[in-house]
Amino acid sequence: MSEVVEEGRKLSGKKEWLKAFQIMLRARVLEEKLAALYRGGKIKGGVFLGRGQEALSVSVGIHLRKGDIFAPLIRDQAGRMAFGDTILDTLRTYLGSSLGSMRGRDGNIHRGRPREGYYAMISHLGAMIPVVAGGLLARRFRGETDVVGATCIGDGGTSTGAFHEGLNAAAVEKLPLVVVVANNQYAYSTPNSRQFACADLVDRAVGYGVTGHKVDGTDLAACMSVVGGAIEAARKGGGPQLVVADLLRLVGHGEHDDASYVDPALREKPVGRDCLKVAEALLIDHGLATAEEIEAWRREAEEEVDSTAARVLREPDPDPAEEDWRAVSTPEIEDSYCV
Amino acid sequence: MSITYIDAIRAAQQKALADDPRVFIYGQDVGVFGGAFKATKNLAREFPGRVIDAPLSEDAIVGIAIGAAIEGARPIVEMQFADFSTCGFNQIVNHAATLYYRTGVPCPIVVRLPSGGTPGGGPFHSQSMEAIYAHYPGLVVLTPATVEDAYSMLLAAVELDDPVIFCEHKFLYYHLKADGLPTEAMPIGKARIARPGRDATIVTYGAMVHEALAAATELVDDGYEIEVVDLRSVKPLDTDTVLASVARTGRLLCVSEAWPWGGVCSEVIARVVAEGFGLLDAPPQRLNAKDTPVPYHPALWGTHRPTASTVADAARHLLEI
Ligand SMILES: Cc1ncc(C[n+]2csc(CCOP(=O)(O)OP(=O)(O)O)c2C)c(N)n1
Ligand SMILES: [Mg+2]
Repeated sequence: MSEVVEEGRKLSGKKEWLKAFQIMLRARVLEEKLAALYRGGKIKGGVFLGRGQEALSVSVGIHLRKGDIFAPLIRDQAGRMAFGDTILDTLRTYLGSSLGSMRGRDGNIHRGRPREGYYAMISHLGAMIPVVAGGLLARRFRGETDVVGATCIGDGGTSTGAFHEGLNAAAVEKLPLVVVVANNQYAYSTPNSRQFACADLVDRAVGYGVTGHKVDGTDLAACMSVVGGAIEAARKGGGPQLVVADLLRLVGHGEHDDASYVDPALREKPVGRDCLKVAEALLIDHGLATAEEIEAWRREAEEEVDSTAARVLREPDPDPAEEDWRAVSTPEIEDSYCV
Repeated sequence: MSITYIDAIRAAQQKALADDPRVFIYGQDVGVFGGAFKATKNLAREFPGRVIDAPLSEDAIVGIAIGAAIEGARPIVEMQFADFSTCGFNQIVNHAATLYYRTGVPCPIVVRLPSGGTPGGGPFHSQSMEAIYAHYPGLVVLTPATVEDAYSMLLAAVELDDPVIFCEHKFLYYHLKADGLPTEAMPIGKARIARPGRDATIVTYGAMVHEALAAATELVDDGYEIEVVDLRSVKPLDTDTVLASVARTGRLLCVSEAWPWGGVCSEVIARVVAEGFGLLDAPPQRLNAKDTPVPYHPALWGTHRPTASTVADAARHLLEI
């Protein structure tokens, strides 16, 4: 392990665990609400949750600063919130409120605010990796140093051409890019055995000429230290970093999916642990919180989520008659014949 | 027995696998899981080793299908959504589409595209890509609008020696039902008069056939008899059936769920104007989706795409010209 990584790991101390845990808990509570809204028919389209991946995700968002770039993916509610996304805007996007950042034009996980370094994913997996690399290249042109770009992807997404091309190009340019792979054992129903044939995804780092990191994705302390270290290493000029975290998707691919294809033995293994419970024990063991305190935080989060959802449900739907049906930013060159 | 559109697609694949040992199915989650929309349910069990889960790699999926086809196999590729076929676009348009012309060796692959919009689908799970693929020489592009066509056209597609882009409409998957599977079928490339009429012709395909039929029913109250032509196949495009219909009605409206620029509607209108200008009593009209990405919110989506009521309005406008 390089010195910069070592140093980075020391930086993420215990007090950060508490902050990270609180975000994880809020993300979990919010996602439980999203599932309930989906079951109640209030959310049209899919609902894709990150249950079981909060520890990893939060570790990415929490180590990024204002001015960095973050392109989260499907299961990154916790990381998004750590990077500044809110319960309010999440609910607005899922419920299609006209007041949300996506104004009903796009929904669910496809949200972001690119001007704030918070890129809005497209569905096509792998696509965000070269885009973040490009963002970093532009920052370099502007003479900005001390910047990091991070993006997350699943085991399945590593099989795309875009993943390969993006990571390779970033490595050639030695960009401060951190790619975090949530190896949750499945891509929809497809197990890793049908996805890749290498012994471990982290072995690919060598092939790309980037630094590889391996972490137990169910362990908040480990995620904070390893992801924190990778981000620090990229920031200090160490080039692209590939973090591979092993964990298990504890929900269906989406809320429509009962995930009956998941091997039950995996749930009994360490990889199948619920990272929120592991983190709870961590805090209690280290005297950072009591079970009662944690219970109170959960209730607080539930109240906030419930009242925010009630508010958003009363907000106006986008009005097709008021909608600006224009896909180019320059009104003068719009092909108005087509409208 | 009632059979849905998706049942028909599954049944056609089952029959193709049973009848022809060269057929295999390749795509994400198509194996034991049965596919995101259950189009391959139980097929992996019934045909071991011939319904294969692919990695998340559209470019490789299509490339592998092409290679297998060169060696005599008949691959059916399932894209999880039509929208993701762009990640395999290069192999489709530059390799599959050009193979026969360049080498004299045909490329008998079928690429199934779960196409079109549904409420809440949003920009990346809603696209209609038939025009893009029809643009490329060498591809056959089919757009079944009925349960019967979903079945018989998929079987015909597998038998065809050329690469077929099979645009099956997700909106029709579960709610369109038929009493049984057809035993005979119209040939590929032949359009169908879905409803006879005399006052105007609506030419359309896919899910829009049903919006057009509903609009035609609505216009009966206004005293109009609208003819609806279901293209079935957008490439080849049955210009003769369209022209014959326009000869009867003198008025043409083209309807498509896809974007307007350079689409199937523009192609139909160009042909009718070139070949049948004298048949027209009014300038031909078209109705497409709006020229923006497909919006997520159902209220926006419902306005973005043509619906029975906007088709009826467009037809009234055409009839009043
Ligand atoms: C290029 C592309 N092909 C197909 C899909 C459809 N799809 C959405 S999520 C998914 C599985 C993703 O698996 P993985 O990358 O492991 O992420 P996870 O869902 O496990 O978090 C698939 C196949 C897609 N989004 N993009
Ligand atoms: Mg996965």
